[in-house]
Amino acid sequence: MTTPLAEVAGSNATLRAFLHGLPGVDRVGADQRAAILGTRSIKTTAKAQALDAAIQMVDLTTLEGADTPGKVRAMCAKAVHPDPDDPTVPSVAAVCVYPDLVADAVAALRGTGVKVAAVATAFPSGRSSLEVKVADTTLAVAAGADEIDMVIDRGAFLAGDYRKVYEEIAAVKAACGAAHLKVILETGELATYDNVRRASWLAMLAGADFIKTSTGKISPAATPPVVLVMLEAVRDFFARTGRRVGVKAAGGIRTAKDAIKYLVLVNETAGEDWLTPEYFRLGASSLLNDLLMQRRKLATGRYGGADYFTLD
Amino acid sequence: MRLDYAPAPESRDVVAIRPSYGLFINGEFTEGKGQPFTTVNPATEEPLAEVACAADDDVDRAVRAAREAYERVWGRMPGSERAKYLFRIARIIQERARELAVLETLDNGKPIRESRDVDLPLVAAHFFYHAGWADKLAYAGLGPDPRPLGVAAQVIPWNFPLLMLAWKVAPALACGNTVVLKPAETTPLTALLFAEICLQAELPPGVVNIITGAGDTGAALVAHPGVDKVAFTGSTEVGRQIARQVAGTGKRLTLELGGKAANIVFEDAPIDQAVEGVVNGIFFNQGHVCCAGSRLLVQESIEEEFLEALRRRVGTLRVGDPLDKNTDIGAINSAQQLAKITELAASGEAEGATRWSPACTLPEKGYWFPPTIFTGVAQSHRIAREEIFGPVLSVLTFRTPEEAVAKANNTPYGLSAGIWTEKGSRILWMVERLRAGVVWANTYNRFDPTAPFGGYKESGYGREGGRHGLEAYLDVT
Repeated sequence: MTTPLAEVAGSNATLRAFLHGLPGVDRVGADQRAAILGTRSIKTTAKAQALDAAIQMVDLTTLEGADTPGKVRAMCAKAVHPDPDDPTVPSVAAVCVYPDLVADAVAALRGTGVKVAAVATAFPSGRSSLEVKVADTTLAVAAGADEIDMVIDRGAFLAGDYRKVYEEIAAVKAACGAAHLKVILETGELATYDNVRRASWLAMLAGADFIKTSTGKISPAATPPVVLVMLEAVRDFFARTGRRVGVKAAGGIRTAKDAIKYLVLVNETAGEDWLTPEYFRLGASSLLNDLLMQRRKLATGRYGGADYFTLD
Repeated sequence: MRLDYAPAPESRDVVAIRPSYGLFINGEFTEGKGQPFTTVNPATEEPLAEVACAADDDVDRAVRAAREAYERVWGRMPGSERAKYLFRIARIIQERARELAVLETLDNGKPIRESRDVDLPLVAAHFFYHAGWADKLAYAGLGPDPRPLGVAAQVIPWNFPLLMLAWKVAPALACGNTVVLKPAETTPLTALLFAEICLQAELPPGVVNIITGAGDTGAALVAHPGVDKVAFTGSTEVGRQIARQVAGTGKRLTLELGGKAANIVFEDAPIDQAVEGVVNGIFFNQGHVCCAGSRLLVQESIEEEFLEALRRRVGTLRVGDPLDKNTDIGAINSAQQLAKITELAASGEAEGATRWSPACTLPEKGYWFPPTIFTGVAQSHRIAREEIFGPVLSVLTFRTPEEAVAKANNTPYGLSAGIWTEKGSRILWMVERLRAGVVWANTYNRFDPTAPFGGYKESGYGREGGRHGLEAYLDVT
């Protein structure tokens, strides 16, 4: 790894040489490490701290064809006050919606500190022209999105056309302006951990502020070993460049227990500097209610039924 | 944000430790004629129980009980019937796993995460595996009519007390032998709880006898003329004495002794997993592992980068209360072992190697040693040659695969080795040349009852586990 990073993206050949020169990932070992960290026991005060941290890291998400301005406004209300009965519950980090609903979310969240993220670039498949992807991004940014969640062209990546993936990310980053760019790798379609590591570096080289596991539309979505590999990548990228890139685990995270496992992974892989909403997010919808339920259980010693937590 | 893990201690209420324990002979707990001794919790130095000591008379009683059980019941029982007892024992171990794990951690000092997730599952697996063999011995490829040997004398160490018991007792019983087992004097409690499990499983009296005591008891057991087979796991020094003692007696012998294994990391290794493997290789069970990867051989071209990653990772290890579910490194098993580790580590510094440990506060009471890495180590240093049996890693470098093999083999031991490379052909090339009983590729310290384990040279002879391990308990002539 002696090539200056600035020159790496010069051509597909140099990109390929760099990405394939990264150390390999042994699947068995990565799975084993993630499993061992999954046995950490986070209880009492640590659990209280972790639950609040997890709530603050949630990107509360709705990405359905059936989404409406009303649905988005309701979700925004929940994002600001996740538990109306308990004002000590912090707001979530952001809401995540399709570009056409950004304006509604922005209006609902003005002055609350909760960010608006929009998926863009022909989400979730990414199967369109660069022009359309950039236009999609511009639309969301113009409507006031603080963050853009783009998808990479997995087809180009798997075909070895790293330069194309790089250029798309760079173009979308330029279209983002001041908005933060999260790059979705869709790790469920990349198949190997080696590919996850290469795609992570490729996205970071091209200017990603965050690397994100999944769209949530493909199974498997986020898994602990995949997030482990991505956390190693941002840690190593920071050591090499001094630029701290965030990680977003998205899809399939439904329980507080799972969320806490991800916080442990962050804590023991990238370290506590990543343990803030600025550098770690959990993309989810149903997770928030379980976090609230566990939080109330910890405070009162009793579980509330599902009807005591709002459904928005 | 700082996430401080709150204490998460496993409850010790799941296990009832009796104030004193007798010897388990012929299905009963009986007094010993020797001077009873105390076993302590090495993490706190708190006494746990008083344990009987077997004198020569007691050893004789135990061997006679085993002989009688062999001749009257166990040796002539059909394999399918023996299997039922072994399956029953395996299931009881699983049912009582939590209790056994807590007791193991209390008596040994190892983290509960390891006793719960490694030791106990393997213990049960060894009994299940060998239960399956009991009625199929004729198909083990060892001849058409393998016969049991008789009475097996088994002496085991303190590093994996219950697991070493399982490695010894399960194949012996599956093959139709009866046993007299002596656990180490610092860790007798899980063996004595295993004796209760034998009662619970209604194992015929005398099939398993457990006698406690120190080195004298072990020596008397090994020397007893009524013994047909001796199996020992422990230090090379004691192994040598036993070999001398047994020579010419007609007793069969297997020895599983020390090691000074090399974990060899090539420049094309999966670095993050290699770091994990090196950490697991030397810091698993506080380095109290005969096959510990106590020498790291790293290719010079990645030395700096690799050591930086290794130090960063070692800095995250959690040292402390073994019963805490988040502890990675527990207590050193005894004051004696701590003194040995301390002395050898001091010799490393004196001989010119550079010593490093992460910042970590050790508990005030109990026996503790921080995870330690020595760099700038030469083959001639004592820390590169002698088995430390503690959380101390010696780092050496190499330039070519030939040099890696030469350095890895340049030890009187030959128990295990690790290879880290993404290149499959190099793994095979290395395996052909490494003189070690076990070679792990891109992993380390992985155990399985189906895989034979044992060493070359001063690491001993004979194999335990797998089809090969059965031969040590069978007369196949």
